[in-house]
Amino acid sequence: MLIFEHAHPGRRAHAQAPYNAPLADDLPADMLRQTPPLLPETSELDVVRHYTGLSQKNFSIDTQFYPLGSCTMKYNPRACNSLAMLPQFLNRHPLAAEETGQGFLASMYELQEMLKEVTGMAAVSMAPMAGAHGEFAGVAMIRAYHDARGDTARREIIVPDAAHGTNPATATMCGYVVKEIPTDRQGNVDLDALKAAVGPQTAGLMLTNPSTLGVFEKTIVEIQKIVHEAGGLSYYDGANLNAILGRVRPGDMGFDVIHMNLHKTFSTPHGGGGPGAGPVGVSERLQPFLPIPYVLSEREFYRWATEAEVPHSIGRMSAFGGNMGVLLRAYVYARMLGGRGMQRVAEFAALNANYLAAELKKVGFELAFPERRASHEFIVTLKKLKDETGISAMDFAKRLLDYGFHAPTTYFPMLVPECLLIEPTETESKETLDAFARAMLAVKREAESQPDLVKSAPHKLPSRRLDDGKAARELDLVWKPA
Amino acid sequence: MSNIPNNLKYTKSHEWVRLEADGSVAVGITQHAQDLLGDMVFVETPVVGRELAAGEECAVVESVKAASDVYAPIAGVVLAANADVEASPESINQDAYAAWMFTLKPANAADLDGLLDAAGYEAHVASESH
Repeated sequence: MLIFEHAHPGRRAHAQAPYNAPLADDLPADMLRQTPPLLPETSELDVVRHYTGLSQKNFSIDTQFYPLGSCTMKYNPRACNSLAMLPQFLNRHPLAAEETGQGFLASMYELQEMLKEVTGMAAVSMAPMAGAHGEFAGVAMIRAYHDARGDTARREIIVPDAAHGTNPATATMCGYVVKEIPTDRQGNVDLDALKAAVGPQTAGLMLTNPSTLGVFEKTIVEIQKIVHEAGGLSYYDGANLNAILGRVRPGDMGFDVIHMNLHKTFSTPHGGGGPGAGPVGVSERLQPFLPIPYVLSEREFYRWATEAEVPHSIGRMSAFGGNMGVLLRAYVYARMLGGRGMQRVAEFAALNANYLAAELKKVGFELAFPERRASHEFIVTLKKLKDETGISAMDFAKRLLDYGFHAPTTYFPMLVPECLLIEPTETESKETLDAFARAMLAVKREAESQPDLVKSAPHKLPSRRLDDGKAARELDLVWKPA
Repeated sequence: MSNIPNNLKYTKSHEWVRLEADGSVAVGITQHAQDLLGDMVFVETPVVGRELAAGEECAVVESVKAASDVYAPIAGVVLAANADVEASPESINQDAYAAWMFTLKPANAADLDGLLDAAGYEAHVASESH
């Protein structure tokens, strides 16, 4: 039921009408609308009940195990949110003088320093406001670097097929031609294909590590060397940073640029496209090209870098101080964890993924890369189950909902047929992981013995199986009065 | 096992190709491809008159799972695009080999010989699902 369907003519939420507010009665008559806007007329209580009811139908990380992991959203400690919402932060005007915002600017500066430390990069800019924005900044800097040297024949960016889909899109947006290289059976970049692909036309390589296959590139140092020897730069897609946080550093591996999804790894409740922050870290040779805003410190005075003092910068990428709310949450998260705590995030994310993978393997699930240790996530393929029982990964995922678990990612990465991509994250207990493994086994047994039950799932939720195809073909997005 | 008619030619990227009596070729995606993609929700066909190189991206199919490019199996000029398939993408799920997406006038009729036959395509499908 939509909020419009609760409407009753003349019903109002009076508490929301401004008290004694002046009317906008000086607008020209021809600009005034003749008919009232089509808004639902409801009482405050109707609205509260309607939206509370919808929220109770949701699966969320506050109510259920949510194996979509940091890729979508991991658990975000409450303290990060409440401290970032302190009125002294919240009510600060973005144009206020730097002298009156030293606390905020100091927090931003310290966050830059902590991100430098945890990634091993020479400098960090907070400018990008999302992962894709960060990728764009990174590749734009690679381009600015080659251009500044007059090395303009480098037209290609190499992207392995296990990379995030945004990587080839980013390279294209920055005016490069994408050269895709394959992955071998173990899920690694095919080194021979990489050697054959590099040359004087290579501007750089974009690598997602751990890759979308949930494995760490074993030959990452050699991959670096091949690209650098060909004169290209290397880009580290840090979307899966949760897996390596503080344990290995892209800077030490020799990468020239990395973006970090702070909203994923560093604790911002987000979803449906925001809010995000995608800071970029760079090696020394890319430092002059960093986008602004970022914070400088001079004798304990903190201030924004100005356009005049960074003439080679690729430019201003966000107004004011970037996505400050997300950056503040990241700052609190980083300060609460500390260096050792960040390592523990990666350790427990990897331990939980490998424990769950081992438990599922024990009860007969087929891992896509059984010889490989999982990074922070792993892939189960249900291809055999589908061939034998007709139960697809989608059917399986829908039935898991009946057991009170949010389904894992289905059908991604596309390189693995009938796959479930499972990322438990560091905050789940062994008891939760065991319960999830039991539910997985129960659904597998049902698939073998009562396939119709699984095919028609979910059975216990407010909505039954929806027709995805019909919903996409016949979009119905706008309410119209009957 | 997937349905792979003997009278068609195939590509490794899962297009089927049918030589018509007038020397043109019709192109669609295979039964196996639609099975992997699932329920189709959107199809975009190439503009009539467009010159295509072999392997060039020229159409898009989108399912509830993924969007996927369709490639020109051989070089040629687009003669016709199937508006019915654009209007009802689900026709690809219903009968992949009836739902042609576009027809081409081949630049070189002999190019067809370089495509896979049914047995070759079946072996290719088997090698992909390790």
